[in-house]
Amino acid sequence: MLNGESHSTPTPLSVLELLQNFELAKRRVAVAINAEVVPRSRFAEVFIRDGDRIEVIQAVGGGA
Amino acid sequence: MTASFKLGGLELRSRLIVGSGKYKSFEENRKALDASGAEMTTVAVRRVDLSARGAGSLLEWIPPDRFHILPNTAGCTTAKEAVTTAQLARELLDTPLVKLEVIGDPRTLFPDTTATLEAARILVADGFTVLPYITDDPVACMRLEEIGCAAVMPLGAPIGSGLGIRNPANIRIILESVSCPVIVDAGVGTASDAAIAMELGCTAVLMSTGIAAAKDPVKMAHAMKLAVEAGRAAYEAGRMPRRLHAQASSPETGLADLS
Repeated sequence: MLNGESHSTPTPLSVLELLQNFELAKRRVAVAINAEVVPRSRFAEVFIRDGDRIEVIQAVGGGA
Repeated sequence: MTASFKLGGLELRSRLIVGSGKYKSFEENRKALDASGAEMTTVAVRRVDLSARGAGSLLEWIPPDRFHILPNTAGCTTAKEAVTTAQLARELLDTPLVKLEVIGDPRTLFPDTTATLEAARILVADGFTVLPYITDDPVACMRLEEIGCAAVMPLGAPIGSGLGIRNPANIRIILESVSCPVIVDAGVGTASDAAIAMELGCTAVLMSTGIAAAKDPVKMAHAMKLAVEAGRAAYEAGRMPRRLHAQASSPETGLADLS
């Protein structure tokens, strides 16, 4: 599950490769897998497993 | 010039912190931010829209090398969600700052005090500079300071209500009860509301809708800048005592006989 939607991807796939597939690798984003933060420094070495809940987030306008 | 203040490791000259939500465009947001004179602006963290590739991003308009970005945990309703959101924001923005917001009730958006205290404990231990949104409850503010929060941010009125500072007496008691910065967060609807908060002695004011929902947000941002500066200067100057009756300000002797 990626941002609440079901996606099928070739395995094994790193977080970095996933972001590259969605043209997000150069954007300022942060990633959580199963509600655990993945440090940016580990995007290339953390691999996605079947059934993982992946959240890719960015900064948006938000209030006080 | 009014005195600057410290927030965590930062020294800020502007006592106005603004939000970045509800603007018609990134451009309007940036213009209002510039007009406000604020050095710090809040952002939310949300899912990337995977179907909108190449869409513009807020941080292109509000670059983190130019402004202090204060991520919030808006929308979180549990301590766990708020902690994970803060940790994601730290990865995203390379900042230890977090505006901690744990909502306890969707209708009023009042904070869940118990969950806010719990999340604050975890985040302070994890090295965050925690700025918690909280009700205007002096005891809750004292507990948050004891935990090690860098400031307390009592609401003036419900988020987005524009009702002003509904309980100035409680804000005054909070100011007497804690030694960390007190930042009124939420409720400011127009310039006089911001001035009142500053005249009470608050360190700063945080607002979003008060600017963004004005007919002319850029002009209101300028008005808020002036109000915060005026209110702070009046506080530092020390107001005259209130009197029930008049006291002439012209000499009462030496009047010409014009009868």
